[in-house]
Amino acid sequence: MRGGQGAARAPVIQFTNCRILRGGALLREDLWVRGGRILDPEKLFFEERRVADEQRDCGGCILAPGFIDVQINGGFGVDFSQASEDVGSGVALVARRILSHGVTSFCPTLVTSPLEVYHKVLPQIPVKSGGPHGAGVLGVHLEGPFISREKRGAHPEAHLRSFEADAFQDVLATYGGLDNVRIVTLAPELGHSQEVIRALTALGICVSLGHSVADLGTAEEAVQSGATFITHLFNAMLPFHHRDPGIVGLLTSDRLPAGRHIFYGMIADGIHTNPAALRIAHRAHPKGTNTLSGSIAPMDTCVRHFLQATGCSVESALEAASLHPAQLLGLEKRKGTLDFGADADFVVLDDSLHVRATYISGELVWQVEEARP
Amino acid sequence: MKLIILDHYSQASEWAAKYIRNRIIQFNPGPDKYFTLGLPTGSTPLGCYKKLIEYYKNGDLSFKYVKTFNMDEYVGLPRDHPESYHSFMWNNFFKHIDIHPENTHILDGNAADLQAECDAFEEKIKAAGGIELFVGGIGPDGHIAFNEPGSSLVSRTRVKTLAMDTILANARFFDGDLAKVPTMALTVGVGTVMDAREVMILITGAHKAFALYKAIEEGVNHMWTVSAFQQHPRTVFVCDEDATLELKVKTVKYFKGLMLVHNKLVDPLYSIKEKEIEKSQSSKKPYSD
Repeated sequence: MRGGQGAARAPVIQFTNCRILRGGALLREDLWVRGGRILDPEKLFFEERRVADEQRDCGGCILAPGFIDVQINGGFGVDFSQASEDVGSGVALVARRILSHGVTSFCPTLVTSPLEVYHKVLPQIPVKSGGPHGAGVLGVHLEGPFISREKRGAHPEAHLRSFEADAFQDVLATYGGLDNVRIVTLAPELGHSQEVIRALTALGICVSLGHSVADLGTAEEAVQSGATFITHLFNAMLPFHHRDPGIVGLLTSDRLPAGRHIFYGMIADGIHTNPAALRIAHRAHPKGTNTLSGSIAPMDTCVRHFLQATGCSVESALEAASLHPAQLLGLEKRKGTLDFGADADFVVLDDSLHVRATYISGELVWQVEEARP
Repeated sequence: MKLIILDHYSQASEWAAKYIRNRIIQFNPGPDKYFTLGLPTGSTPLGCYKKLIEYYKNGDLSFKYVKTFNMDEYVGLPRDHPESYHSFMWNNFFKHIDIHPENTHILDGNAADLQAECDAFEEKIKAAGGIELFVGGIGPDGHIAFNEPGSSLVSRTRVKTLAMDTILANARFFDGDLAKVPTMALTVGVGTVMDAREVMILITGAHKAFALYKAIEEGVNHMWTVSAFQQHPRTVFVCDEDATLELKVKTVKYFKGLMLVHNKLVDPLYSIKEKEIEKSQSSKKPYSD
């Protein structure tokens, strides 16, 4: 017998009266869920000859894949980069609170820190599935310390580093190991960075460019070595210049490896990026847009702001917060999508894209408090 | 036969849907008495399916005690191919209504033994007590289901090779590429449909006009297999104006004149809601009359 025997006995839930985001469009279709995954109802009908065990009316709402935040430094009084004996509780608190923002998976982000902090904190943030306890942890995003002094932003200068001669060993020594690490942001103009990028990419870690004064040529080389992401585009990098567009130029570069495109995060909170800048980037390269909250504004606020600022379609705004981050991390078969077989992590939104309810693995993990009469 | 002529496609679809609705409700199906319905695919019945879905969504009709038997399915096309008749029925009908999957029957074009599959289908119809109402369409070559010109008028469910006319007509569903259209199909026979207690044929559009003429104004002929229903005691043809373009003016005038009588079949239009009201009212009667 196939291993799915147990799952086949799990109840089938049919979410009706809704519009679901599938294939880049909002379709008037029901969403079927079983055993924590999105189910193909046609297969259920013709092969198993079964109907739904439970129907839930979604009141005409939009069902979108759960949002994925790949850069969140903390929130609700918690700072992930603070060395504490109990980092786990801080991560758990944030994981639970962001459910109300529609986030079902995230990458806790550590800013530039001393070695001791990395060695102490990293082992306390394991990859973890989401559920009623909170959004899932996909892995840690290490933003620094191998970044540019000039573009450090709020990162502490004392702990910035450049690569030693045996660069990859230096990286391992700095972080104390790469278990639990999903994304590393670095500045590609630093010496030996290309070999580091190649080594990290070979380990399946996503390399992102940010906090950097790299020119376009250096940035393109970094992409050729394996970099796939740009951390908060426009912020902490050289501004676009018509003779050397810098990292921003990657959005339209023709020197990227064939078949690959670059993803980029933008903090669409209304403060970090001017709406016109959001529009320029999105229009230049719509398939690469990733919405970030960065722990400042809630993710759903950023999605709404991005929609309003760029005038893009609802589908585009939703994909920027779900499908694109999943594609960046190579998870698009399981996350960031409502395709059959994907994890049933989704968010129920009203027409103005306010979160009404959040589901992880088909289980309701958060819903808005209705005012009781 | 009854020839029902409506002005446009939408009205023809609606008339047909109302007729099916009334037949099901008046039959009063229940757990021991299912209404067996034969169903077609293609573009002609789409409007009718939409109306039936509407009746279900409004609470006027239920398919809980209805068993369906589809006419045909392509051979060799994966069941989940967007152009398979399984996909058609799911997307255009089954997924929108309250029918139980076990009460639906569609031939399996990927069965290991195709003829055994066809024989089993005939047995299933028999086991269900025969078909109460078989709804079908007509091909431009006058075929019913995939009973192509030359099919025996007493044929049963079997494998058929599709005629060029049919392949051409179906190419539009396969990106206009003739090479992609399946060449064989499993189909109920003319005899299988003739066994139904009642038959309703939907025919709309000018491109079907010649086939309709051949089917009802000329003789019974295996080259125009729909003509077999001239020998069925209860057949209803539901058409739009355009489908009657090749008929004699006399035929059209005669049947249009009968619309006053024929419309009584769909008016009054019954609803299961009334049955609920009737049930509760009759239970209030303390004495019998």
